[in-house]
Amino acid sequence: MTTTLIDIKKEQENAKEKIKAQGLRVLVCAGTGCIANGSLDVIKQFEKFGADVRTLQHHDKMTVVPTGCHGFCEKGVLVIIPDLDITYVKVKPEDVEEIVESHIINNKPVERLLYTDPKTGEHIHKNEEIGFYNQQTRTSLANCGHINAESLDEAIAVGGYAALHKVLEENNPEAVIEEITKSGLRGRGGGGFPTGLKWKFTAANRGGKSYVVCNGDEGDPGAFMDRSIMEGDPHKLLEGMAIAGFAIGADEAYIYVRAEYPMAIKRLRIAIADAEKAGYLGNNIMGSDFNFTIHIKEGAGAFVCGEETALLASIEGERGMPRPKPPFPANKGLFGRPTLINNVETLANVPVIIAKGAEWFSSLGTEKSKGTKTFALTGEVNNTGLIEVPMGTTLREIVFDIGGGIRNGKKFKAVQIGGPSGGCLTEEHLDIPMDYDNLIAAGAMVGSGGLVVMNEDTCIVEVARFFMNFTQNESCGKCVPCREGTKNMLKILEKIVKGRGEMKDLDTLEELAHAVKDGSLCGLGKTAPNPVLSTLKYFRDEYIAHIRDKKCPAGVCTALKVIEIDPELCKGCTKCARNCPVGAIEGTVKNPHKIDQTKCIKCGACLNSCPFKAIKQK
Amino acid sequence: MTDKKTLIINGKEVEFTNEPNLLEVIRKAGFKVPTFCYRPDLTQFGACRMCVVEVEYPNGRVMINSSCTMPPEAGIKVKTNTERTRRIRKTVLELLLANHDRECTTCEKSGNCELQEYAHEYGIKDIKYVEKRKDLYLPIDDSNPSIVRDPNKCILCGACVRACAEFQGHSVLGFANRGSKTVVQPLAGKKLSSVDCVFCGQCQAVCPTGALTIKSDVETAWSMVNNPEIKTAVQIAPSVRVALGEMFGLKPGENTIGLIYAALKEIGFDLVFDTNFSADLTIMEEAHEFVQRLSENKDLPLFTSCCPAWVRYLETQHPDMLHHLSSCKSPQGMLSPVLKELVPQNFEGFTKENLKVVSIMPCTAKKVEARRAQLIKDGKPETDVVLTTQELGKMIKAAGIDFDTLEPAKADSPFGGYTGAGTIFGASGGVAEAAVRTAYTFATGEELSDIDITPLRGVDKDSRTKDAEIDIKGTKVKIRVVSTLKEAEKSIKEIKNGTADFQLLEVMACPGGCINGGGQPRSCDDIHIKEERAQGLYKEDSELPVRKSHQNPDIKKLYAEYLEAPGSHRAHELLHTTYSDKFTGSYKDVVKH
Repeated sequence: MTTTLIDIKKEQENAKEKIKAQGLRVLVCAGTGCIANGSLDVIKQFEKFGADVRTLQHHDKMTVVPTGCHGFCEKGVLVIIPDLDITYVKVKPEDVEEIVESHIINNKPVERLLYTDPKTGEHIHKNEEIGFYNQQTRTSLANCGHINAESLDEAIAVGGYAALHKVLEENNPEAVIEEITKSGLRGRGGGGFPTGLKWKFTAANRGGKSYVVCNGDEGDPGAFMDRSIMEGDPHKLLEGMAIAGFAIGADEAYIYVRAEYPMAIKRLRIAIADAEKAGYLGNNIMGSDFNFTIHIKEGAGAFVCGEETALLASIEGERGMPRPKPPFPANKGLFGRPTLINNVETLANVPVIIAKGAEWFSSLGTEKSKGTKTFALTGEVNNTGLIEVPMGTTLREIVFDIGGGIRNGKKFKAVQIGGPSGGCLTEEHLDIPMDYDNLIAAGAMVGSGGLVVMNEDTCIVEVARFFMNFTQNESCGKCVPCREGTKNMLKILEKIVKGRGEMKDLDTLEELAHAVKDGSLCGLGKTAPNPVLSTLKYFRDEYIAHIRDKKCPAGVCTALKVIEIDPELCKGCTKCARNCPVGAIEGTVKNPHKIDQTKCIKCGACLNSCPFKAIKQK
Repeated sequence: MTDKKTLIINGKEVEFTNEPNLLEVIRKAGFKVPTFCYRPDLTQFGACRMCVVEVEYPNGRVMINSSCTMPPEAGIKVKTNTERTRRIRKTVLELLLANHDRECTTCEKSGNCELQEYAHEYGIKDIKYVEKRKDLYLPIDDSNPSIVRDPNKCILCGACVRACAEFQGHSVLGFANRGSKTVVQPLAGKKLSSVDCVFCGQCQAVCPTGALTIKSDVETAWSMVNNPEIKTAVQIAPSVRVALGEMFGLKPGENTIGLIYAALKEIGFDLVFDTNFSADLTIMEEAHEFVQRLSENKDLPLFTSCCPAWVRYLETQHPDMLHHLSSCKSPQGMLSPVLKELVPQNFEGFTKENLKVVSIMPCTAKKVEARRAQLIKDGKPETDVVLTTQELGKMIKAAGIDFDTLEPAKADSPFGGYTGAGTIFGASGGVAEAAVRTAYTFATGEELSDIDITPLRGVDKDSRTKDAEIDIKGTKVKIRVVSTLKEAEKSIKEIKNGTADFQLLEVMACPGGCINGGGQPRSCDDIHIKEERAQGLYKEDSELPVRKSHQNPDIKKLYAEYLEAPGSHRAHELLHTTYSDKFTGSYKDVVKH
């Protein structure tokens, strides 16, 4: 190369100096979750004290840093002060004064705002000692929550753009692809396709116009790992994309973000503008002859646009409907040109792999699934939030160690993993190492990493119905099995939860599920029956209970509830009869009352009104 | 390296070369896979999932793929009929039928419906799934004279959407809503009559079910034939003769004109004439107009005006280009007023009042053309009823006529005799070729010796724009022929940006011309049918004793006795028309002057 690259080490030093000059850094989470909990007001309160607040002996000033998501959204607003080695949880604006006065000025931690271990009841000061965090290995999320996402300096200070600098310096695109291949990185968006191979296929068409497309259309209900990366560490994503572009010979890229992520879009825009201004993106990046421009395309919120061919159609301005593969995007993608599509988390892993090496990355994880994976842990666990663990971590570790076990001492029943495309796993799967292949074998999938934990009070048929309702709503309507098949699967499930199911419905449901899985055009349809198939496999009894016994074992399905009056306990006060909105309760004063089951709408009004607890729901 | 590769289909080794997809290779090998959405002239869509096959890759992996979207690969093993594929197809059929208006007996498409056919083949007896409630049925759109759209019979294969976009570049039909609420409809749910539809009918020609059908005028035609107070004259368009036979088991391209004349008389039409005659008449007027414009170098290139879809396209999309359009009426439009004027003078018992003209056309847009304000005289349409080839076929069947054993008959004189130039109107390029044969004579006074203008022939996908150069005694004249409006739009752009170097532009909206018109018997699943039909016309042309319009003795007589000369005042009164600006402000970037 004839051109001279900038000195990234020097840039890093400069950035670090600037950060040092901030004095005491108070990191306040400004991810979407914490903002909803009022973190912007917390930030304002801190700022009220001004930068000149007399702080601890070795700091002469204090700086409030709004950061991306820390992952522990359950406990937001989170405030971390690294120099004081402390993490405060559930901070309200009115708590700020106390934190400043007591801890920052007088070095006395505010105990009541500390995290309490649900098992021991102990107050925990240090971030890394909190059960939620100490089992995690954060790589793609490493900087989320630790830097100001809207500052290029902060990104540079933690090593941002150093990996891109490295590949530009070495100037060997093939070697980059080789490194990614060696790392064993697989697509984090759901499919788990080997990333290096995808890059190789696209690079094989090098020469003309090619594109890099980042899939940020995170649509699984409850999944927010991509949003957190885009909001918390946008420069890492941009850097990963630029490295990909350099490797496959593309000079233009799109990030497809759903419009429901306004914060992510705003921070990405800021990051792109800053990076272009500073020469980390745009023309002659860091003094090299590599040019790379990134555009943002806002999606309109269709789940199917997360499917890569539908996503490309959407960028092109067409209706978001999947196109049959082959041809694969690597050969004929965006605007008919070779296109590399990777998901946000996949691309965010790229700079780390380049910086730390493929061997480091492949030392994490299992034989065929390397590195770490983020999961959005939700449902009936004590600690919900965003986690990142090495591939191969067991479900038990996630649910009981990181998640802190099931809430309110209830019993674990199942997890739905991989969102609407995934499947239900049960107690028997708690100890299998979670990776792409094991999950597929168990009838689920990693998917984007949604992980919903369910307890004994969850009706599994209702869960299947919920996900089927989601996929049938989000079906694009192009191919028959998905469009009509999911609709009819939903109708059958609705029939069952309403207590009108027949045993033959189970056969129809299963037959239809297999036909939809086999016959659908794209991934949405091919995976839509998974929740039904996996629950039919592991919880068939529960379906049968709904159909044959007309009972919902979890007591969730309204239509199957039976409310009865215990004649032994009923004193004949008539209160229930007066409260019943449909006149379903008969009886005379001082004599036991009776509910006419044909009239009862199971609203539960009588349950709450009975002063003698004589009314029971079965 | 040889480009011959092989794969295995159902245990049989099959060679393939440049087939666009696996489905074509399967068909070539003699196997049948069902499909709703695959149409060889359109892009592959992969939506109906009927053509799924089991593909075993050399590495042992077995996949279910839609054969219409998969490029053929060497070394794969394909099974077209397995338990899995059968189960998928049956499920697809059951799901579609549950959501379908199954009033088959009263459906226009009955007997010609692919859904019906496959449901029968796959033995679908009971529908397991919840059927669509009748009160949720969507309204039927029969707002226009050509096409009826019944959304309750739509299976969303998208063939119509693609036909409109890929043939006409027009996208009048599109998908709306999502998931199970998806529908195909014109912009914002409007009716076809309220949007800029050109009524070419290609959407219904590719429709596998009764969702898009031709609006039938059969009953009106019967009521005229059977009314003793009414006298009927009928005319048959060029391309009808090489396609109608297909409805009676004859080969595409087989010229059945003698049988058609006989069948029409059998049905009870009083006089049978031929639109080929007025095609010759059109050439007389249009060649005259062309030579005149050439000499004045005015309003060039001259656009042909035979295709009503093209005329409507210009009126609605490019009204600033209307001066290019020939003022000649179409052959249908010319013959009807001539008949109304001259039949009463030449035939006993016919009066201007009791004569009704019925035309048999390969075209759905002709039904709309016949209702044009300019073609209605004293409140009465010049052409009373327009029937498509398909409708005539149904009439023949309903009349109990054994079509292929009829004794061929002759058309009535004097408006039935035609030349080879008239007959080739039915294929894309034919009008231009016929015009050149006569324009040469009009310009030079001499006869063109080599009259087969082969560069203008061809109706396949790659022949949608054809160019030829004719030397008219030292003057080079460039002729451009296009079929489909999408292709025409490119020529319009050339004219608008000043790069067009041709003086005559022939446009037919249907791919390949009228032989593949929207009213013809079904031909959308076999690309060879339209070629065979075109061959049928060129064959007749080569065999006819007279092959130039101006040499047609009946035409000569008509001018001598009545019309005086091409372009005369009387000719203008009967044979020429005007156009109007119908621009309604569409989403297209149209520059108005």
